[in-house]
Amino acid sequence: MKLDAKIPEGPLEEKWSVYKRTAKIVNPANRKKLDVIVIGTGLAGSSVAASLGEMGYNVKSFCFQDSARRAHSVAAQGGVNAAKNYKNDGDSVYRMFMDTIKGGDFRAREGNVYRMAECSLNLIDQAVAQGVPFGREYGGYLNNRSFGGVQVSRTFYSRGQTGQQLLLGAYQALMRQVSKGTVNLAAKHELLDVVLIEGKARGVIIRNLDTGAIESHAAHAVVLATGGYGKIYFLSTLAMGCNGSAIWRAHKKGALMASPSWIQIHPTSLPQSGDYQSKLTLMSESLRNDGRIWVPLKADDTRKPNDIPEAERDYYLERRYPSFGNLAPRDIASRAAKERIDAGFGIGPLKNAVYLDFSKAIHNLGKDNIKEKYGNLFDMYYKITGYDAYQEPMMISPSAHFSMGGLWVDYELMTTIPGLFALGEANFADHGANRLGANSLLQASVDGYFIAPYTIANYLSDEVKTGKISTDHPAFQEAEEAVKKQIQQLIDINGNRTVDNYHKTLGKILYDYCGLARKEAGLLYAIEEIRKLKEDFYQNVKVPGNGSQMNAELEKAGRMADYFEIGELMCFDALTRKESCGAHFREEYQTADGEALRNDAEYQFISAWEWKGDTTEPILHKEALIFETVQPTVRSYK
Amino acid sequence: MNTLTRKIIMCLTGLFLCFFLIIHFLGNLQLFLPAEEAQKSFNAYSHFLSGNPFIKIISYGLYACIIAHALDALYITIQNKKSGGAFKHDKRDRASKWYTRNMGILGFVILLFLVLHFQNFWYYYKFGSLSLDQSGNKDLYTLVVISFQQWWIVLIYVLSMLALFYHLVHGVHSATRTLGVFHPKYVRWIQKTGVLYAVVICLGFALMPIYIYFTY
Amino acid sequence: MKLHLKIWRQKNAETTGKLVDYTVEDVNPHMSFLEMLDHLNEKLILADDEPVEFDHDCREGICGQCGIMINGIAHGPLKNTTTCQLHMREFKDGDKIFIEPFQTAVFSVRKDLKVDRSAFDRIISAGGFVSVNTGQAPEANTTRITHDTTEAAFDSAACIGCGACVATCKNGSAVLFTAAKISQLAQLPQGREERTLRVFNMVKQMDEEGFGNCSNTEACQIECPQNISVLNIARMNYEYNRARILRK
Repeated sequence: MKLDAKIPEGPLEEKWSVYKRTAKIVNPANRKKLDVIVIGTGLAGSSVAASLGEMGYNVKSFCFQDSARRAHSVAAQGGVNAAKNYKNDGDSVYRMFMDTIKGGDFRAREGNVYRMAECSLNLIDQAVAQGVPFGREYGGYLNNRSFGGVQVSRTFYSRGQTGQQLLLGAYQALMRQVSKGTVNLAAKHELLDVVLIEGKARGVIIRNLDTGAIESHAAHAVVLATGGYGKIYFLSTLAMGCNGSAIWRAHKKGALMASPSWIQIHPTSLPQSGDYQSKLTLMSESLRNDGRIWVPLKADDTRKPNDIPEAERDYYLERRYPSFGNLAPRDIASRAAKERIDAGFGIGPLKNAVYLDFSKAIHNLGKDNIKEKYGNLFDMYYKITGYDAYQEPMMISPSAHFSMGGLWVDYELMTTIPGLFALGEANFADHGANRLGANSLLQASVDGYFIAPYTIANYLSDEVKTGKISTDHPAFQEAEEAVKKQIQQLIDINGNRTVDNYHKTLGKILYDYCGLARKEAGLLYAIEEIRKLKEDFYQNVKVPGNGSQMNAELEKAGRMADYFEIGELMCFDALTRKESCGAHFREEYQTADGEALRNDAEYQFISAWEWKGDTTEPILHKEALIFETVQPTVRSYK
Repeated sequence: MNTLTRKIIMCLTGLFLCFFLIIHFLGNLQLFLPAEEAQKSFNAYSHFLSGNPFIKIISYGLYACIIAHALDALYITIQNKKSGGAFKHDKRDRASKWYTRNMGILGFVILLFLVLHFQNFWYYYKFGSLSLDQSGNKDLYTLVVISFQQWWIVLIYVLSMLALFYHLVHGVHSATRTLGVFHPKYVRWIQKTGVLYAVVICLGFALMPIYIYFTY
Repeated sequence: MKLHLKIWRQKNAETTGKLVDYTVEDVNPHMSFLEMLDHLNEKLILADDEPVEFDHDCREGICGQCGIMINGIAHGPLKNTTTCQLHMREFKDGDKIFIEPFQTAVFSVRKDLKVDRSAFDRIISAGGFVSVNTGQAPEANTTRITHDTTEAAFDSAACIGCGACVATCKNGSAVLFTAAKISQLAQLPQGREERTLRVFNMVKQMDEEGFGNCSNTEACQIECPQNISVLNIARMNYEYNRARILRK
């Protein structure tokens, strides 16, 4: 298979304009003849469904949550980047593009990244117009904060709830279209399969989570905006319902998966405190603007943090990366924390955390200032841990957060299945091997508001003559049967181990062997273990109840079945990438002082994997990364 | 009729009744005058009120307000009973004050009181055979004094004023909310005024029977 | 810790439910309330019993999907806290805990502790938006909005739509939810153009759903995870009165 990214010709800064100028469009009268299915109602899903609805297409939108407003974009805290240069600190689209490319360790496409930076300007305008209350200065102009991995202030924020506010803006735009009848929204519905007719995506199989009914829905194009699969680690910053099943089932129908092992481990989440734990809450990276990260200089120091004098503290980020300090990018900050924790300097009851200290900022700026910036985060910290972070430092530790990998898409955000688009975190596109903070809200929004409406129209312009797609086609029956069969299979096993138990076990394997640091032996071991665990799952899992009722355990079991396969592919991907880049750190490939050692000569490509069945190893396709504008350099934040 | 229209009816009728209470209160302050003077001026005042056509119109408005306020409240309360959740174990009351939840009951108590109050004075004044005072006005004052010689009537009046107090504290607060006063500074200020109003009116009214009981 | 739970079990929307007794042992005080339910479910599944269905997703207090009446209080004993943020350290060994759904006339039970809150979505779709299409927005800084106005609008916009206000209201009223959105958009210049129509339509939809009337007990704000101010209700009333007076 030849992977064609379809990057438009021309200079970098004109590629998107050229595309928009030359893309085909659909006559308004024809748009209502065209159906589009959008799966997921996060920022990408809501915004694309709303935008397509506004344009006049028939949109069907689905989400598994009980309301579209609950998709996990809601949880993003810190902010959204845009190269507005309101601070006059030298920001520009080009600088933002450079920061993102570099932050992603030169493993993303120039064209895509530049487009994201370019569209960031419009996104802020769009969100403000929707009534998103971004932080403002006293004079009434928009305010910014700085974020990890950059040296300018380009992050727009709504206190610590930026994701919520952006999502509500998109959700409201979506609900406006629902009231106009252009979008048909069904919450509590989960995608179980993508239906292909003559090689094109023509519909989906959906399970009504309230009744268990299996439904077929047909359309001229299908959009997956289903987020990432970081929940595969079980303990993560993601919502309990986040899953990789939609993209995985598309993958099994022929869409390639790109760089699945690139999963960002976020440096500032709350540490695990016990086996019962279901989630690690994220503390926004914006805290690193004013917080200083440290561990005691002495290993196994059991003193209270406030009792440890300044001279006996190791501000290791400031020490190792003097120019970026506490604002080093996420992958670097996480790895540095892991290095200290592994070396025995970890703090907290399980010795698995580091301190994030605000005493200096509170002293310099005053408690009120800190409260206004991060009040809700400090409150959240107090609610979860019972400690007051105004009085003593927070305890934080790294935790699985964002999947840079995902469905391979071309410049048009279309997967290798014609008519199947992947937006937001569900695709692999713009972040390379490491995502910069506040770029995920941006990417999801930009994909949904500004890119997909053009590229989907370009695709649909050829579908005007197709006519209504019917769910009577045998492909739908076949897919429905397969889905029902799988559900029955899971229920019939009736073993003695719960789904969560498998999930926790798989998560541990992946965290240990395909997490912050990977090596060949570990990955091979992990593949073996995952296969064994999967086999055990199909013999011993226990799914109570039946398929024709509300059944949360069944939902989890279906997602779990996919996690085994995703996990295995992650390990394959990590195994074959014999270099360290971004979030992917192979212990065999590091510099003398423990930094990542990239290998541009052999690995300057995107790994795109093709599913070949359960028992056959996946096939690797390579999309070479071509850098015309920037020269990949050693990524240094020292 | 939508919920906010019902609320504004409650609000406006309630505020009108509040206004009436001020007038009623100011008039009744005459009861605190020395007995003879009180008798003369109170009776003259009553005569003036009963004879004035303008006052008559107002009084019909007043009756209408009482009826509208009560009926609207009844409707809202019945509706709310249906729409509110019912839990096997219910501790929701920890988040609010009892009188805010029981405006209906307080209102009903006040309504019962009104029936008694009308029967005691208004009915006698209109249809009873009251003797005339020196100025030739019906001697309502003496009727008042005689009524308030009975301890249980005094007690009922005092307790009713307590009910009225709580009803007014929440009622005035609610009314300003329904009118749409949203600025925190003025909300605080008006709230305080509302409480002061309720204290003055209810304490004042409650003192009248007590004063008469103990001074005669 | 050992706890005695009385949990509302209901098969589906058509049947009626009842409280069923469960005892859970080895509950860790650091568990969140939902993790305690996970723990119970694990036991129930392995004992061939049907696990308790409950709504939850982000487990960090922002998605608004979780919501349980715990000992007769929406989201449990802590004020301004979601169920997922409530930890077992708030309870004592041997406690009896009543666990019921956010059931009201409008929020009907779907199963066990899950209720149908889609009425909230319909209220928003009746007018809880700014009518701006994608791609029409002017440069963001052309509209100046003072710091204080933005912060106030944010306070209103912070609502997570969990429905605790409705569950905790003795009248089952949804005015705090509706008012928060009306108020957010009325405060911002972007939303002001359509304020009249918005307040009419949203209030109308709220009524049609069958929510109760507000009697200003203010319990909603106390239990609201985001501490949404009842003054939003005042602002909604202001908006409605204004709209009524100015209506042609």
